[in-house]
Amino acid sequence: MTVGLAHYLTVAAILFTIGVFGIFVNRKNVIVILMSIELILLAVNINLVAFSVFLHDVIGQIFALFVLTVAAAEAAVGLAILVTFFRNRGDIAVDDASMMKG
Amino acid sequence: MVLQAIAFYLLAATTVVAGLAVISARNPVHSVLFLITCFFSAAGLFVLLGAEFLAMILVVVYVGAVAVLFLFVVMMLDVDFTALRQGFARYLPLGTLVAGILTIEMVVVAVDVARGGAAATATGPARQVGSVTNSEAIGRVLYTDYVYYFQAAGMVLLVAMIGAIVLTLKHRVGIKRQDIAAQVARTPETGMRIVTIRPGEGIDE
Repeated sequence: MTVGLAHYLTVAAILFTIGVFGIFVNRKNVIVILMSIELILLAVNINLVAFSVFLHDVIGQIFALFVLTVAAAEAAVGLAILVTFFRNRGDIAVDDASMMKG
Repeated sequence: MVLQAIAFYLLAATTVVAGLAVISARNPVHSVLFLITCFFSAAGLFVLLGAEFLAMILVVVYVGAVAVLFLFVVMMLDVDFTALRQGFARYLPLGTLVAGILTIEMVVVAVDVARGGAAATATGPARQVGSVTNSEAIGRVLYTDYVYYFQAAGMVLLVAMIGAIVLTLKHRVGIKRQDIAAQVARTPETGMRIVTIRPGEGIDE
């Protein structure tokens, strides 16, 4: 019944796949895509923290902290772009956003 | 030990189920709420691992800031979300196939690494050694060896903040604003006019 490193890595792997799957099936809804990216980064964080704890090295947690920072920044900028896009188009369907497609 | 295993399986199941609910909920507001549940149980997993500082940061930053930001934007945008779900059923079979393969591969690699990789010698999670707490251990490394990375992280947040403000700032015309240059440049000549009024005539304005 002892919970080892493999258990945490498995949870992180499943969460990562859920994130990829979410991007795959919600191709129009950019809000859910952003949430899926957050799920992927959370899975990465779980991996980093699990290895950090089981290898007795605190540096993994430092890197998890930096991943968290980047995730927060990414969410802020992504949602700001989304709000601007909505103001310009009145819609957030990303597959219509082909203005720069040449 | 049994209690720890029960807590792990409970938190892990909550994380995975909430993650699935995030991507499959019909209402995006429900998606955000499930995202909050997912982050909370992931923070529980961090506590179980002994990374208390990151668990609290996860709750404060993700639940307190990022998820609430998502909630604001979802509620602010007036969008027909049912139209955005078109194609969900179309991509579902292929997506399930890819996700299944990805999960199996990653779990196999993860179990293999845990059994035979560099982490094979690890006997168990590191418990608190002496009086050095988790946050103290992080602080000792973060503010010495990784201080430049720490500053760079601050820079990333600053750039993100300025970027978000610049992107969403809308310059509206026809709104009264304070013009400090005009206020400072005011003189008695421009600010005051002396009118001599004759009795019984008033001011023609």
